[in-house]
Amino acid sequence: MQLRSVSPQLNSEGELHHLLSIEGLPRPLIERILTTADGFIAVGTREVKSVPLLRGRSVFNLFFENSTRTRTTFEIAAKRLSADVYNLNIAASSTAKGESLLDTIDNLTAMQADIFVVRHSQGGAPYLIARHLAPHVHVVNAGDGRHAHPTQALLDLYTIRHYKGAFEPLSVAIVGDILNSRVARSDIHALLTMGVSDLRAVGPLTLLPTGLEELGVRVHTRLEEGIRNADVIVMLRLQNERMRGALLPSAQEYFRNYGLTTQALGHAKPDCIVMHPGPMNRGVEIDSTVADGPHSVILPQVSFGIAVRMAVLSMVASSQRAEFR
Amino acid sequence: MNSALAIENGRVIDPATGLDATAGVYIADGRVAAIGVPPPGFAAQRVIDARGLIVAPGLVDLCARMREPGAEGALRGEMRAALRGGVTGVVCPPDTEPPLDEPGLVRMLRQRSREAAGARLYPLGALTAALGGETLAEMHTLAQVGCVAFCQTGALPANHGTLLQALRYARTFDLHVWLRPVDASLVGDGVAGEGGLSARLGLPGIGIAAETVALHTIFELQRASGTRIHICRLSTADGVELVRAAKREGLPVTADVSMHHVHLVDQDIGYYDTNCRLDPPLRTHADRAGICRGLADGTIDAVCSDHTPVSLEDKLLPFGEARCGASGLETLLPLTLEWARAHGLPLVQALAAVTSAPARILAEDTGTLQPGRKADVVVFDPQAWWIVDAESLVSSGKNSPFAGQRLTGRVRYTLVGGEVRFEGVQ
Repeated sequence: MQLRSVSPQLNSEGELHHLLSIEGLPRPLIERILTTADGFIAVGTREVKSVPLLRGRSVFNLFFENSTRTRTTFEIAAKRLSADVYNLNIAASSTAKGESLLDTIDNLTAMQADIFVVRHSQGGAPYLIARHLAPHVHVVNAGDGRHAHPTQALLDLYTIRHYKGAFEPLSVAIVGDILNSRVARSDIHALLTMGVSDLRAVGPLTLLPTGLEELGVRVHTRLEEGIRNADVIVMLRLQNERMRGALLPSAQEYFRNYGLTTQALGHAKPDCIVMHPGPMNRGVEIDSTVADGPHSVILPQVSFGIAVRMAVLSMVASSQRAEFR
Repeated sequence: MNSALAIENGRVIDPATGLDATAGVYIADGRVAAIGVPPPGFAAQRVIDARGLIVAPGLVDLCARMREPGAEGALRGEMRAALRGGVTGVVCPPDTEPPLDEPGLVRMLRQRSREAAGARLYPLGALTAALGGETLAEMHTLAQVGCVAFCQTGALPANHGTLLQALRYARTFDLHVWLRPVDASLVGDGVAGEGGLSARLGLPGIGIAAETVALHTIFELQRASGTRIHICRLSTADGVELVRAAKREGLPVTADVSMHHVHLVDQDIGYYDTNCRLDPPLRTHADRAGICRGLADGTIDAVCSDHTPVSLEDKLLPFGEARCGASGLETLLPLTLEWARAHGLPLVQALAAVTSAPARILAEDTGTLQPGRKADVVVFDPQAWWIVDAESLVSSGKNSPFAGQRLTGRVRYTLVGGEVRFEGVQ
């Protein structure tokens, strides 16, 4: 018996109503997001860095898990669209008092929120919120558990397109803690949707989830092999709490095997670009000479991220939906 | 004394004898008096016309949580749900609040069940005090007040020494022990079956080894103790294979699965449907196929509802925080019919898994319509369909993975001990 699943993030016209995951987004829609972002790149370089697209709209940054960086870039993106932005650090308020997630959402909806930018420690929380909301309110997933970080994947696509042009001929390696990484999952869906033919995941077996191959990636456990002739390397952050214990013996041993050094980078293509979603652990997953070197596009990623988030916010805000369950 | 009752013109299916024929069923004094020809001098005070309906033994459910003790007053409603589902016998696991580990609680539960006049209730006693896995429960005393077997719900005790002693102690009194094959250390923080789906949704996975390692442990300790063991809720194809090998070896073991695992797989979680958050978790198509093969060749003896009412508040949460379990009493019979239909099984074989087979595990003289046995009977319309939703379910648990689905098979009459305890509309 097959249970039904409806695409929860598109409206009946196939437009972006919420952004919950890259999975299920058709390629033309992703291309439209990237093209829309093109138009916003210039806004950041002007003297007056804002456009009035979201004037009078309220964007609530709802962070159930701390993140300065992502929250700030969403805040900047919303402000450049002239939205009213409210930052709520829920980790420290309501849920600590025992209020349920959906009660919190109801309260904020009553304050006339138009868009919720949500980060939550539990995979799927943005889906729960999206299902619960009135049809005129939108959700943008800013990272849920190990599941998805779709705007990060979109800015990664933007960056790759900027430096490499077409996606199809590229060899891309994602290196590190795939198991716990929402960035990795969203990048995998994004890159495969855009037609990347050679996508690899590289890490020790303790950090590679069972069933990863079913997503369409090739799994490598040796760094040199995994990045051989790669056009793009995406390094993942290794969370502090994973560095000791049953997954890895130590940060030092991890760096010796999986840290991206200039020497290791020699196995990739000469014009390879190195990306990282930040924040970096220098000397753990990436050596400073690489992070600051000529192959690194880590800082441009951050600038592109604002334009991409502007594109997403403006697109979901313009979507209408009669009904959603 | 119960009145004499005749069920005429129905298609009578009795899996225990292989009977599948149009016949009359004659009931007197709470027991089946005859099938086919009424006994001499039989005078029915009531006649049920079962034309177009199926008459079968009432379903015996090896696991249904009636929420008592814990949610006082809930049992009555869950018993109504059981009767509406054609279930005439329910085994209640001891994972109540507090756990069923002392005789007073068991007596109270049985008393409430009698007052509710629903299905027969078979309490499972806790194997260890408070289900803590540390000290033995008073198994012999609990058996004397009506516990049919002893169960460690959740995972196996971490201390295998204690488990071995519990098995030896149970063997002393020839008590039946029911175990969930779950190794807690291998479950870890997992919330979904490990595989493509958990990798995709980023849900912490529960590997197959959590079940197979526990089964190896159980069988080794069974070899050491000789205790009769029933394995509850298999979920993996590899686990089924281990049970198959154990049976071939001659170990005194039986096994069940939940009806949800007969029908659903991890992919049905879709976009984080918390009604599909189950324990054990839903697994892959290959695992489901292994379960179906196990049922076909008798490796798995019975199918249960694993009925677990969960409130909306406990399900309207992110997947990993939602409480496990699905409502199942009222969907057990329609899903049995669907399983038979989908696999081309004769109804007499499919119904065995929810009637005669579970009754045999309980050593109860129900689950069959043979003359002389207790007249626990279900009369159902195999064509009538209904939509599963909050309104159509009587149980306090509206948490069905099949919510919104159309299921075929509707109960018309449920009899317990010859007494009509549920009568549905046409």
